[in-house]
Amino acid sequence: MVVAERKPIKEILAMMADYKKILLVGCKGCVTVCCAGGTKEVGILASALRIAKKKEGKPFEVIEKTLERQCDPEYIEQVAPIVEGEGVEAILSMACSVGPQYLAKRYNVPVYPALNTTFIGGSLEHGVWAEFCQACGNCIIHYFGGICPIARCSKSLLNGPCGGSAGGKCEVSPEIDCAWHLIYERMKALGKLDELTKIFPIKDWSTSRDGGPRKVVREDMKL
Amino acid sequence: MKAGSRLEKILSSGQFAVTGELGPPRGADVEVIKKKAEHLRGMVDSINVTDNQTSVVRMCSMAVCKLLLEMGLEPNLQMTCRDRNRIAIQSDLLGAYALGIKNVLCLSGDHNKFGDHPQAKNVFDIDSMQLIQTVKQMRDDGKLLSGQECEGVPKFFIGAAVNPFGDPFDFRPVRLAKKVAAGVDFIQTQCIYNMDKFREYMKRVVDMGLAEKCYILAGITPLKSLGMARYMARFVPGLDVPDYYLKRLAGVEKKKQAEEGIKIAVEQIQEIREIEGVAGIHLMAIEWEHKVPEIIKAAGLYPRPEVE
Repeated sequence: MVVAERKPIKEILAMMADYKKILLVGCKGCVTVCCAGGTKEVGILASALRIAKKKEGKPFEVIEKTLERQCDPEYIEQVAPIVEGEGVEAILSMACSVGPQYLAKRYNVPVYPALNTTFIGGSLEHGVWAEFCQACGNCIIHYFGGICPIARCSKSLLNGPCGGSAGGKCEVSPEIDCAWHLIYERMKALGKLDELTKIFPIKDWSTSRDGGPRKVVREDMKL
Repeated sequence: MKAGSRLEKILSSGQFAVTGELGPPRGADVEVIKKKAEHLRGMVDSINVTDNQTSVVRMCSMAVCKLLLEMGLEPNLQMTCRDRNRIAIQSDLLGAYALGIKNVLCLSGDHNKFGDHPQAKNVFDIDSMQLIQTVKQMRDDGKLLSGQECEGVPKFFIGAAVNPFGDPFDFRPVRLAKKVAAGVDFIQTQCIYNMDKFREYMKRVVDMGLAEKCYILAGITPLKSLGMARYMARFVPGLDVPDYYLKRLAGVEKKKQAEEGIKIAVEQIQEIREIEGVAGIHLMAIEWEHKVPEIIKAAGLYPRPEVE
């Protein structure tokens, strides 16, 4: 899933400084799963904004709404009556950064992101998420025992651990596992260490962001 | 001869090589370079010029290499993959060779998190292994990565680094084997302090036949003080400084620690010369270039051999 986290309340308040009435929109997709922008988080942020504005003595109204997804125009359309009929001055989105971009495309009011979209990842334990994929556009994890060296090695090395790998940890931080240590142990357990003796060739990054903004087109699905 | 550098000539003639290192200044002062370089003159066969080491902005390695050439000294261009993509790397290699630089050390590079610009976007388009392959392809096939023929082929003596003390230990000789397969000519190791572990590493390397396929120069960094030794032991990932050296430095009064550090370095060099498969040393006297003559002379490595 796309993992995100909420921006600091101070930053969000600064965005909302000039508004009296806003629409706060959550998303039931990835950001609900990673507890950053679902119905619950919309409620918490709305309350926090109301309290802060009240303390400042400024009138402030927040309309709360959580959509099925914010990465599809049909769901974005659902808030049209609110945005166009209730005098909303701005929209604050709690989706990953796709959501606010869709909202901005559809509605003629300023749109603000309440979240920082951090990475494609998964949960490690309750309350902890980690990065697993960098969306390079050409998956190669099967060469590395199912562990992605691009997303999980700090230097995206494809041919083994750098000199900074110590005790299974990355030189960048003891909080980061050395991806190459994990790959080594995994390949050893699979009896495939021989595969790590081969030189992995230079990667074609044109399928990654380096080729420009990407698009997936499925001719078989087009209407 | 692949490149015909002084370093290659010494190594290929079977003589014990000595390389040094020069860290460029955090500014544009040429005098700093000249001063450091003069300490190394006649003491080492080739001088590594670091490439923004520890990700701290310094004068560019290629420019400093050119200054060394003008001084009649042989440089070894360190090149990392951290700050350049394959376009910049190949371009820099062509330019470096055009300036007369014949040795290049292929590195992935320290992560920018450690440096003075942790906010920087890093590159890592290719890794050190692939950089070795790139230089070799340019030299031996006369072709760029695109397949384009080089108009004038850069004939480099290709170096790389290894850290025998990084984990997983069992993979380290394998990683060296990959560098040899990629086309490396010489290797400079990370600073060695744990001699037993280095011996074990070299035994495996020799058993795998790797010492016959590349020249291995053992990395030595003299400890200037107990403080430095402690710092290296605790904060430099992948470095292994055994307690006995810390105790030894702690056992002498503070103003004699530098002298003791030099003694340790000289002893290490003597021990290393006895290890099978070691073709030379790489002396990294960090911000201590003026002590290099003393160390080299005490280790019996002076004068350096003449080459044609």
